[in-house]
Amino acid sequence: MTINKNFIIYTLLSISFLMISPYIFEDYGMRILNNIFIFIILAASYNLINGVTGQFSLEPNGFVAIGAYVTAICLLSEDLKWDLYQLEDPAPWVLALNTSLVPALLLSGVIAAFVAVCLAAPVFRVRGDYLAIVTLGFGFIIKVIAINQPEITNGSIGLNEIPSLINIYWTGGLAILTVIIMLNIVHSKYGRAMKAVRDDEDAASAIGINTFKIKTLAFGTSAFFEGIGGGLLAILLTTISPDLFTFFLTFQLLIIIVLGGLGSMTGAIIGTILVIGGSEWLRFLDGPMNIFGFQTDAHPGLRMVVFSVILILVMLFAREGIMGKKELSDIFKFKGKKK
Amino acid sequence: MDLLTFLQQLINGISLGSMYALIAIGYTMVYGVLRLINFAHADIMMVGAFASFFAMDSFGISFALSVFFAILISVIVGVLTDKIAYKPLRNSPRISLLITAIGVSFFLENIVNVTFGGTPKSFDIPEYFDKIIHMGSAVLTPIVIIVPIVTVLLLCVLLFILFKTKYGVAIRALAFDIKTVSLMGVDSNRIIMIVFIIGSSLAAISGIFWAISYPILTPYMGVMIGLKAFAAAVLGGIGSVTGAVLGGFILGFTEVIFVAFFPEFGGYKDAIAFIFLILVLLFKPTGIMGINFEKSRF
Repeated sequence: MTINKNFIIYTLLSISFLMISPYIFEDYGMRILNNIFIFIILAASYNLINGVTGQFSLEPNGFVAIGAYVTAICLLSEDLKWDLYQLEDPAPWVLALNTSLVPALLLSGVIAAFVAVCLAAPVFRVRGDYLAIVTLGFGFIIKVIAINQPEITNGSIGLNEIPSLINIYWTGGLAILTVIIMLNIVHSKYGRAMKAVRDDEDAASAIGINTFKIKTLAFGTSAFFEGIGGGLLAILLTTISPDLFTFFLTFQLLIIIVLGGLGSMTGAIIGTILVIGGSEWLRFLDGPMNIFGFQTDAHPGLRMVVFSVILILVMLFAREGIMGKKELSDIFKFKGKKK
Repeated sequence: MDLLTFLQQLINGISLGSMYALIAIGYTMVYGVLRLINFAHADIMMVGAFASFFAMDSFGISFALSVFFAILISVIVGVLTDKIAYKPLRNSPRISLLITAIGVSFFLENIVNVTFGGTPKSFDIPEYFDKIIHMGSAVLTPIVIIVPIVTVLLLCVLLFILFKTKYGVAIRALAFDIKTVSLMGVDSNRIIMIVFIIGSSLAAISGIFWAISYPILTPYMGVMIGLKAFAAAVLGGIGSVTGAVLGGFILGFTEVIFVAFFPEFGGYKDAIAFIFLILVLLFKPTGIMGINFEKSRF
């Protein structure tokens, strides 16, 4: 990414929004905003492998889970771990692992990326829909491991009392940083190679791109940021359990990036705001309502019904997603200067 | 483990596998024709199970009648999802179709959740399924024996339809090349509707089998079962109906045997489907009965 005027203006706008946000929103709004920022990290990194590289991977839930557990284990103190682990005693290295926030998040990212690089060899042997089902399987296996290793993860009970060490500046700052890094990758030599793999893998291979290396690179990078995002999620929620990391999480991210426009970073951001913010906004549907004077009972789940109908309608009428493959800076240019 | 116990586990495994197989057929046929991982398919199974429950609970009709009701409702839901959600997207990117399928899946789960409430429903098992058959040290329930027999019968009917009737030829032709076949005067939408009718009725039957075997119904019961059934379809070689049944059998059998031999790893039961699938795909990237997808189907 060449540092041009547009880029700087957008970055400054986002930073200033981040700075003033605590004065605009109340507690509830801040919570949603935190959530949106974390999902921007997740969606932007998922977009790198799915949208930019075109590899239909369905396992971000696994990487997010790894990140969340590593961060939680790093941040919980030894005494607290003795209290929390009810099914089995914590493993010695779990007890010994105790770091502050930044190393915990970095470690989350590094471990997630390491797992991704190890998985790359079997995963990228297959292509297309087979890749989807294999990655879906790996995401699922990671969740099952989380349930069945109580000395590390406390099994299905999960971990709670994770200290909430972050505020909006952490999530927002990391979200902006992630997007900047992602844009830099997309516009680098490697990013162009990734797009070449997406558009025609055989042709890319024929012109000398090591497609396996490029795919592994995209997979690892995206896993790194998903791990960090998972860590932030664990801190924000302060409690995690294997149930959080089901396919629902993956599907949510997939919906976000397809809705926004596959391959577009701005799309990922807009998609996140719409999906996370929108499903929060629809929350009134779950409670009792007053429709034209008729009082209805509470219908838990109605929110998701309406959400899925909207999703289907959007897919039927906006097939390329909202942004297509464009970025916001392609549409609104300050001073209309070309790069 | 003596021979009788092994036989008992074998029958249990095949029975479980048959239930996966019935759903896997629906996945494999829709994938064969539309190249779509129909995530909503397992929820159609759930709809079938709930329809049967609702018919017996609210209308008070007999179990046998409720089976027909369940099949009817499932077929209606299956065909409607195709007409409303998939048909307008026939020529769009496959990812849009996939997201729509996920949307339909959420919709079905949550509409059932809202209508029937979130509490799990206990399914009334008809008395004649409640007996226990003792064979030496082995203990079997009638359903365990009925399920594989019904599955094999249905498979025979299906293979007859696919290979001996006009519609079967059309389905196989569509799977081969949907564009050309449509140009040759085959009403592709009608044939796709038939595929959804077949898939949905098999799913409904499977749903009732699940309800009898594990009589706790929840709106989200389809999620896990569906993923495993899809894994079975890929394991057998997606696009092949016999492969789907074979994959289902293998999967059910492995699961039961694994739990029987390694009870301490019982928690990993749900992951076996995928571990197995990944191993098979590493050596045979198109599944066991996998034909090269560019060449032929079914």
